[in-house]
Amino acid sequence: MTQQPDPLKIKEQLIQKYPTKVARKRSQQIVINKISDDRTAPEIMANVRTTPGIITQRGCTYAGCKGVVLGPTRDIVNITHGPIGCGFYSWLTRRNQTRPTGPEDHNFMTYCFSTDMQEDQIIFGGEKKLRQAIQEAYDLFRPKSIGVFSTCPVGLIGDDVHAVCRDMKEKLGINVFGFSCEGYKGVSQSAGHHIANNQLFKHVIGRDDTVDPHPFKICMLGEYNIGGDAFVLEDILERCGIKLIATFSGNSTVGKFENAHTADLNCVMCHRSINYVADMIEKKYGVPWIKVNFTGAESTAKSLRKIAVYFDNAELTARVEKVIEEEMKAVKTVRKEVKSRCEGKLAMLFVGGSRAHHYQDLFNEIGMKTIAAGYEFAHRDDYEGRKVLPNVQVDADSRNIEELTVEPDPKNYRPRRTGEQLKTLDEKGLEVRGYEGMMPQMDNQTLVIDDISQHETEMLLDIYKPAIFCAGIKEKFTVQKSGVPCLQLHSYDYGGPFAGFKGAINFYKTVDRIVNTHIWSYIKAPWQVNGKPLLEAELVKS
Amino acid sequence: MLLRHTTSKVKERSALTINPAKTCQPIGALYAALGIHNCLPHSHGSQGCCAYHRSALTRHYKEPVMAGSSSFTEGSSVFGGQSNLLQAIHNIFTIYEPDVIAVHTTCLSETIGDDIPQIIAAAREKKIIPEGKYVIHTNTPSYIGSHVNGFSNMVKSMVTYFSQPGPQTKTINIIPGWIEPSDMREIKRICSVMGVKYILFPDMSDVLDCPQTGVFEFYPKGGTTIEDLKRTGQSQMTLALGRTTSLAAARELDTKFKVPCESLELPIGLRATDRFVDMLRRVARVDVPVSLEDERGRLMDIITDMHQYFYGKRVALWGDPDQLVALTEFLVDLDMRPVYIVTGTPGKKFMSRIEKALQGKVPEAKVQEGANADMFLMHQWIKQEKVDLLIGNTYGKYISRDEDIPLLRFGFPILDRIGHSYFPTVGYVGGMRLLEKILGLLMDRQDRDAPEESFELVM
Repeated sequence: MTQQPDPLKIKEQLIQKYPTKVARKRSQQIVINKISDDRTAPEIMANVRTTPGIITQRGCTYAGCKGVVLGPTRDIVNITHGPIGCGFYSWLTRRNQTRPTGPEDHNFMTYCFSTDMQEDQIIFGGEKKLRQAIQEAYDLFRPKSIGVFSTCPVGLIGDDVHAVCRDMKEKLGINVFGFSCEGYKGVSQSAGHHIANNQLFKHVIGRDDTVDPHPFKICMLGEYNIGGDAFVLEDILERCGIKLIATFSGNSTVGKFENAHTADLNCVMCHRSINYVADMIEKKYGVPWIKVNFTGAESTAKSLRKIAVYFDNAELTARVEKVIEEEMKAVKTVRKEVKSRCEGKLAMLFVGGSRAHHYQDLFNEIGMKTIAAGYEFAHRDDYEGRKVLPNVQVDADSRNIEELTVEPDPKNYRPRRTGEQLKTLDEKGLEVRGYEGMMPQMDNQTLVIDDISQHETEMLLDIYKPAIFCAGIKEKFTVQKSGVPCLQLHSYDYGGPFAGFKGAINFYKTVDRIVNTHIWSYIKAPWQVNGKPLLEAELVKS
Repeated sequence: MLLRHTTSKVKERSALTINPAKTCQPIGALYAALGIHNCLPHSHGSQGCCAYHRSALTRHYKEPVMAGSSSFTEGSSVFGGQSNLLQAIHNIFTIYEPDVIAVHTTCLSETIGDDIPQIIAAAREKKIIPEGKYVIHTNTPSYIGSHVNGFSNMVKSMVTYFSQPGPQTKTINIIPGWIEPSDMREIKRICSVMGVKYILFPDMSDVLDCPQTGVFEFYPKGGTTIEDLKRTGQSQMTLALGRTTSLAAARELDTKFKVPCESLELPIGLRATDRFVDMLRRVARVDVPVSLEDERGRLMDIITDMHQYFYGKRVALWGDPDQLVALTEFLVDLDMRPVYIVTGTPGKKFMSRIEKALQGKVPEAKVQEGANADMFLMHQWIKQEKVDLLIGNTYGKYISRDEDIPLLRFGFPILDRIGHSYFPTVGYVGGMRLLEKILGLLMDRQDRDAPEESFELVM
């Protein structure tokens, strides 16, 4: 690998053009990684307001709530309460796949429902229209549940969506609940995740106490079935003999959420978007959670082994090992070949609240180096690990998001493991309730950038010319126009799946295609590369 | 089935929109502002709006779409967005150095009641707008009208902010409406071959159809220049293509600078293009060149040669008013039957325009506009009585697959195919492209469905 430029100088370059105040703030969100001996990462500023006009890639609270967490559930009618845009833009654009069990099974994910608020409702209030919309949705579709999502103006005009939902729940006899996820709340999608978690916990989880007799019951949290990831994981778990009670929320149904508290272990994939539910379920029902990562073949194997260690059953462990062994054969063959072509190439990842971390595992597996990474909407604990949680300042924007007080359930609280057992599990490397964060796993001297701006993106591309840049749709073509290929990690460029062993193989092949294709070498026409300008005299002569 | 809950039984709805045939105003304003050279659109609201609009436009064009956001928080929603917008203006001019920032509002800032001109004045007073640079604005409350109105409002603001009076020139202003960069390129080509002097605004060609050069241009070479926008006040006339999107700006030029305006339907199809070319010919006092007449002849040739495949075919179409009116006329001219027509964009004139386009030849046609006219309703009509062809945006692919009806992708957004940004549907050449696509779909279908004994080699 060629000598990399000095990251300190690069940091200076990135913020040089900014007005002083902006530069000061951004300099705290751009950190040169340096992990101490006790694996402590340097402090990064995260989950703070975006500077107006800086050109962020962040979205809003509504997007995090309706689009991300509730979007992948097929049997609920999700009504957007607001003007038409929000519902329209979140209509089928996130690639959450779902597989109804039969032709009669409900699937509303292909539909967009909106109250399409007009000026009248802005002036006189929208509750009446919302009530009517819920009634019409019920009359037409007879769903088991209806969710209502508030957009910006709803909060301002003071519609009480929760009261309307309560009334309609009573009237219709089905579950109707609302989300106060107005776009202006919080500082990014992240606030929406939290609000979604709260409402799922209040209105859905725990409504069905039926306990499946299966001995190894888990829930998967923070897995959204982009490009079929959940299908891959469902298959692996089934072959391992692990019962999946519910996934939040890839390929999910409300019914499964209602029963989620009966699992014996919660496995958290995307820590940022769903750790609240994991925590609350533990407090109320006594189900512990561990951090898992099914992105990357080695990480998948490690996560499966963690689950086996938790249940501490020889037969289960043997089955898990057998599945890993079977799957790893194909993985290793492809990986070896792809690695020979990708080794040493540079990657950058600026995406999401966990993907910028998880996908580094996949790049590592094929010998590629992540030189810079960052999240769009994560918090400090996602960067530096949950051990910083006691020191995280709660600012005004976060304080506005409700923090539920959760008590043990008088009937259903049942600690699945004693404190002593959990301690033993910790010693075995399970890190119960633990997440080390992204930074301790990155090399020293790499750049960690929170909420990267368009300007910084352009500078990084210019300075490093990475082999691949991973981001989202808004960055995709700015990056590619710079001559650097961009892989979308929100939508997988409409490919995937990338989870589990099969997903890893898919990913190796995808990256191999992207970083080793010759197509980029044709950007310049032959005469632009070799040609000398014709002298005017020659033109005249001919 | 993808839309498994849709049945043929239509129930009256007054509150619930399902599968809308429209989106909200701000995205139209953002798109329009990209048609000004060296301009950065700016969304005054919470950052989700801007993220959604950029994503939607990027998916449609597979091109960079740059825009800033005021990134409202709960605090700004309570105290107003002035401080956020001032910061944004300062940051944008410092970091991204545009010539123009084109601000549009959102339902959030409209509900709060932010006074944008006052904030722009404050920005000028605080000297955060550099000398020779501009901040313009338009109001785009998302709870009124649709994306089409937002587009129209921003185009009108271009006139409000830039057009200046002066001695009359021979130039014709052409306001192209919400069409693709390829269409704008085609309109300019037609003007060029006819020798017509024009100012086209907005102009997204060379902005949203940029070549891959390995160098990212934050401000691509296209877009109407400020100089040209200023000169629109001196042109001999304005031609507004598509009244829903273009008439407001054209009228503004008339009111403020006495530049007379004519409004035509979008030049989609044979006769709409004829009227456009004829108008240019008469106003600019030029002859129609043989090359253009030949193009018309080639389009006419396809129509006469392939008439049997068009005749009597039932079509369902949805989208934006200007496109639907022009397309309907073209389909009727081909002896096709546009039987279901839906737009979510409200507008009193739409029904009479469509009626005119239907020419009394499709008495069975069902037409609906406005808040409760959505794709769900259209799908229900289709379930009641089938059609042979769907024409509309990508969301139609779900109906197309469920009902096994071919879909011609047309309008906004097209998220799953390319071509619309490169190949026009306006003008005679655009008409030929439309016919090639329609015939391809209908004849592929005939090939697929034909019994073996009547599978045709020659068609």
